[in-house]
Amino acid sequence: MPVDRPEGGTAPTAKGARIDLRGMTKRFGASVAVDDCTLTVEPGEFMTFLGPSGSGKTTTLNMIAGFTDISAGGLEIDDLPVGGIPAHKRDIGVVFQHYALFPHMTVAQNIAFPLRQRKIPKAERQRMVAAALETVQLPDHAARYPGELSGGQQQRVALARAIVFSPRVLLMDEPLGALDRKLREFLQLEIKRIHREVGSTFVFVTHDQEEALILSDRIAVFNNAKIEQVGTAHELYERPATLFVARFLGESTILRGTARPDGAGSTLVGDGFAVRTAGRVEGGEGGTAALVVRPERLRLTTDDPAGIPSGTNAVPVTVVEEIYLGAARKLEVILPGGARGLVREQAGALSDLRVGDRATLCWHPDDGVLLPDDPTIERIFT
Amino acid sequence: MSARLARVALWATGVLVAAWLVAPTLVVIPLSFTDKVSLTFPPTGWSTRWYANFFSDSAWMMALANSLLVGVLVAVVATVLGTAAAFGLSRWASRRGAAVANVFLLAPMIVPGIIVAIGVYAVFLKLQLAGSLAGFVAAHTVLALPFVVTSVTAALGTFDVRLETAAASLGAGRLATFRQVTLPLIMPGVVSGALFAFVTSFDEVVVSLFIQSPTLVTLPVQMYSSVTRETDPTLAAAATMILVLTTVLVTGGLALSARRNRAR
Amino acid sequence: MAALLSPVAPGGQARTAPTPSGRSGWLARHWPFLLIVPALLVLLAVFVYPVAQTFVSAFTTPNPGMENFSWFFGSSANVAVLTRTFSTALWSTLICLALAYPYAYLMTVASPRARAALLLIVMLPFWTSLMVRTFAWLVLLQDTGVINGFLGLFGVGPFGLVRSQVGVLVGMVQILMPFMVLPLYSVMSGIDRRLLTAAQSLGARPIVALARIFVPLSLPGVAAGSTMVFITSLGFYVTPALLGSPSEALISQFMYTQVSGMLMWGRGGAMAVVLFATTLLLMGLLGLAMRAGRRRKVGAR
Repeated sequence: MPVDRPEGGTAPTAKGARIDLRGMTKRFGASVAVDDCTLTVEPGEFMTFLGPSGSGKTTTLNMIAGFTDISAGGLEIDDLPVGGIPAHKRDIGVVFQHYALFPHMTVAQNIAFPLRQRKIPKAERQRMVAAALETVQLPDHAARYPGELSGGQQQRVALARAIVFSPRVLLMDEPLGALDRKLREFLQLEIKRIHREVGSTFVFVTHDQEEALILSDRIAVFNNAKIEQVGTAHELYERPATLFVARFLGESTILRGTARPDGAGSTLVGDGFAVRTAGRVEGGEGGTAALVVRPERLRLTTDDPAGIPSGTNAVPVTVVEEIYLGAARKLEVILPGGARGLVREQAGALSDLRVGDRATLCWHPDDGVLLPDDPTIERIFT
Repeated sequence: MSARLARVALWATGVLVAAWLVAPTLVVIPLSFTDKVSLTFPPTGWSTRWYANFFSDSAWMMALANSLLVGVLVAVVATVLGTAAAFGLSRWASRRGAAVANVFLLAPMIVPGIIVAIGVYAVFLKLQLAGSLAGFVAAHTVLALPFVVTSVTAALGTFDVRLETAAASLGAGRLATFRQVTLPLIMPGVVSGALFAFVTSFDEVVVSLFIQSPTLVTLPVQMYSSVTRETDPTLAAAATMILVLTTVLVTGGLALSARRNRAR
Repeated sequence: MAALLSPVAPGGQARTAPTPSGRSGWLARHWPFLLIVPALLVLLAVFVYPVAQTFVSAFTTPNPGMENFSWFFGSSANVAVLTRTFSTALWSTLICLALAYPYAYLMTVASPRARAALLLIVMLPFWTSLMVRTFAWLVLLQDTGVINGFLGLFGVGPFGLVRSQVGVLVGMVQILMPFMVLPLYSVMSGIDRRLLTAAQSLGARPIVALARIFVPLSLPGVAAGSTMVFITSLGFYVTPALLGSPSEALISQFMYTQVSGMLMWGRGGAMAVVLFATTLLLMGLLGLAMRAGRRRKVGAR
């Protein structure tokens, strides 16, 4: 590809570049928008920045793109520090939520724009534009103006424009945020396919956890200007590192109490229950902690409590809500101390329980994750 | 007062004002085709002799040529300076600085023309610019700048700044972005600014009366001295042509910007 | 023109593009200022400096001191010029307001097509040459002109319309009308007309609703338009010079004769100072009135 690269970098080993954030920080006056973020995005990886609005994920993206200065810390792309390189020389593709198509240019002219900046000859340019339109499956729309296209089509053109110059990094800032749900789901699959075909490193910003789970190789969860945890969807779901991650990704039962070391694990004593768990929590003796258990790890039984094997946690509860989901159902239960729990039962393994019934809530001590409690979390989610 | 009566009174006022605004100007057109030497209205006979007179009179022709030349130069200079300034104003991070600069740029609209005229006349006399082409262009440019700045500022107000960010991500530098993205999209504002600049210069009397010289007289100055000296229908012919020229320019500019808008 | 259409909210928009990194320090933050510099330089050389120099000459030419001002205010004929200028400006403003208010109101209630036509008619004087229009009035107002001919049908006249205050007012009102109509229309079109319906539902007669609700809300437009017209008419030269009587000169004509004819730069400068100071004073008062009005509106919320 006859595209100029930032000089001095090591030769790219793959089509995608590695991105290293080293303590990257952004301050606007007295407020800190991004606080000391360290993260490596591997070449060709699909990385998603997930977090609520105002958590710093878009500012981080803007710093990588070169739209915003870095206040402190470093940013390297393929081992080359890029902090001082202006946006138009970074060779990074960006897709915006608001499409940002040039209204006075046709679709073909829009897609040819980055090629023209790179002085690519006309014949080559036309070939590349046609190929990009093919990739986003809009081959017949080259002569249209953006104003004549639907939102979904406009976003495909924006995508084509961002990949046509084969950038080693593609950044997407909530690209599907303005589209309706059905179209969004369809385009998620398209983006996944294009990622496979293009092979660039993708960084995708969203506040939609479902979207993050569908698309990503790894997810970085942002909260309050910091990265809370980085990991695969599976890691984040099964082993959340903080209560925020547990609350933001998926549903769970959260039991609060005082944790005491107990053998290899701990015992959590709360209002009306005392349960065992495999983990230990920093802060040691007498620290308040929260136990997170995912709904499909919980089981409700009406059997005699004596029949429950020792070692399994068992807490008496009352069913207060039933939510039917087709392939499964969710039951909301209330513990003696007032804490709420959520149980998921797969179709085919449904219990006979109805709202108002009493039952015993059971789970294995290994199935819970013990985390330091953070009382500020509930304020974010309610 | 009944609603109907109020409505009639309202429309009557509207018609009166409209007549007051438009009618006097239209009187000039039939007057220019009179066959009499006097400015009697309505004319009793018709001829085109006053147009022939206009085009054979070197004083009128020189004045027309001077006005066109000065007007075009002013349009170019004021549009370049004013567009750059308006763009700078909209992008300057220091909002207070931009507000102060904006007041300066618009000041010529507020300061009475006669004050500007006296000041410019004094300075031009010292610099021997009075009666020179450069002097006329400089003086008219200052008077035209506010119109270009307001017109382009308005266009920039509806321009989506995020398109510039997008252009940067696609590899376009600041200059390339301005040329290929920003300028085409604010073009209607730039064009109407240029038209206003031309018309401002083409129309200017007060400053021109001061800085004129026997070798450089513009059309309005020629008309002014003609009005005060004699009442000759050649004046009506000149007035008609100015009327037609400015109308064509302005409607042309409007049509242009309308077509651009439709293309989008 | 955009400035005329939005007299209540002056100043440009405040959006800024994200600053691309790569440059630091003064230039990264202030590069747009460099784009304003050329225009400011031209303005400084051909506007600010000459005008300032004129003001200075009022106090220095031919001798340092206040002699130019004592000359101006010492003669009753000179003061008469000043008061005549002000009374002409005041009359122009009042006539403009009386005619423009119903016209602007008509624009807000008319159908879109009629509104476009009314707007076009107002904008027309902007495009037509000042000289052409003044010349046209000269033809119409002359002793043997159309208007005297029309009046003659009723056995009235002929009146000396041209070379009189009446001629000056007729010409000036036509030229100044857009400066009154546009701010009025801009404010009136922003008034929520449902307020009128609400007032009528509360028992107010339409005319009362108009006077109690609509008129007070339109006052910012009245203030902006009146100031604009008054200030502009203070500096008028061409129209009074051609349509007015030489014995009833306005201040700008007087300045012209003093400077161009008699080369009395200091006297011209002194009158420029008086004219400009008045203009600034009026602008300041308008600003204060607008701010007070806004505070009252905020306070009512």
